[in-house]
Amino acid sequence: MVRFLRLLLGLALIAALGGWIVTRPQQIDPEEVADLTGDPVHGEQVFWAAGCASCHAADEAEGEDRLLLSGGQAFASDFGTFYAPNISSDLTHGIGDWTLAQFLTALQNGVSPDGRHYYPAFPYTAYRLAERQDLADLFAYMQTLPSSDTPNVAHDVGFPFSIRRSVGAWNLLNLNDDFVVQGELSAEVVRGRYLSEALAHCGECHTPRDALGGLDRSRWLQGAPNPNGRGTIPSLTPDALTWSQAEVAAYLRDGFTPDFDVAGGHMRSVILNLANLPDADRAAIAAYLAELPPAP
Amino acid sequence: MISLKNISSAAAIGAVALSCFALSAQAQGGDSNPAVSARQGQFQLMGLNIGVLGQMARGNTEYDAEAAQAAADNLLAISQINQMFHWPEGTDTESIEGTRALPAIWEEGSTVLDIWADYGAAAETLAGAAGQGLDEMRAALGPVGAACGSCHDDYRAPE
Repeated sequence: MVRFLRLLLGLALIAALGGWIVTRPQQIDPEEVADLTGDPVHGEQVFWAAGCASCHAADEAEGEDRLLLSGGQAFASDFGTFYAPNISSDLTHGIGDWTLAQFLTALQNGVSPDGRHYYPAFPYTAYRLAERQDLADLFAYMQTLPSSDTPNVAHDVGFPFSIRRSVGAWNLLNLNDDFVVQGELSAEVVRGRYLSEALAHCGECHTPRDALGGLDRSRWLQGAPNPNGRGTIPSLTPDALTWSQAEVAAYLRDGFTPDFDVAGGHMRSVILNLANLPDADRAAIAAYLAELPPAP
Repeated sequence: MISLKNISSAAAIGAVALSCFALSAQAQGGDSNPAVSARQGQFQLMGLNIGVLGQMARGNTEYDAEAAQAAADNLLAISQINQMFHWPEGTDTESIEGTRALPAIWEEGSTVLDIWADYGAAAETLAGAAGQGLDEMRAALGPVGAACGSCHDDYRAPE
């Protein structure tokens, strides 16, 4: 009996140790990315495609103000309220003193330079799918943006989510290295998939979530309750989104629906970003949406 | 045996019940609230005229200076309609069905009138530019859409 208990205790320890190990924050080795050189000109395109300004600039910022990434916007959720941090080039309050490896670790592993998990309000599950060269370009571009000395606001998150290591367990369930839409795809659709799934992170609002707040990839872009407010975020699958591809692409540029209503809410901010992309990229997103598996 | 009198009183009860139902439907239904209908019509009219310009801006229809000017003039005229009668209190999403108008419109600190003034200024610029050429019209249409969007941001519920 004692032997059995000892065995049980041993197994429990191994399980706990294993849990501790598999949930530990993973850093990207600087040597791994030593060959990457960022191109700030291309980085601007990545910046607009990745939608950084929507959360990290001031709420409803327009024009030049969208380049001041001082943070502070609040995002209410079932797990607490998250506050977007300052990611301006400020050396103290922003990310001006980060290395490229730290930047990539944040965007692709969801881990901060001091080795803590970020909460997945930050869409690192999407950015994980991005090309490292694109993110290196983005990093180079962001270093050219103005600095802000606005201090970060602490997240307001209750137990057990206040334990950051719990995010490590969440990551085991929700970090994926493959795109959702698979199969024989044209080059345009592949580009649209990259923009939508890896950079623009459309799924964060348009895909429903499971009980733990993970995206339900089996109902990809099929619409979801509004994460911060009333109403629903519409489905984008072809059974629901009946606009032509040209109409979708035009909407992503000028914000007018086919009957010339005007987008409001967070989508308006998304369009302010996507309007800066070349026409071919918006057309690619529209082509990708047309390839989505329809809801049953 | 059912007498004629019974039939007529049954019909009378039915008629009363029906009119009560109609009254309560009117009280609850946004469609039958004239103020709500009026403002929704106003926005449909805006959308229709913006659409004339938007289709030209997108290159889907050929630029026509006369039509562009007419649409822009309409948008300016709409901006000059006094809004006080189609936004009575108690016609927000918390009070009635059939509207997406959020209570924040009527709350302290509401900026709807400022945004409406922004729309008016943008419409005035558009009216000055719409007949001058496609590029001029296109540039002036953006701020009109931006004014619409900034109101929808905070004051219109999602569908």
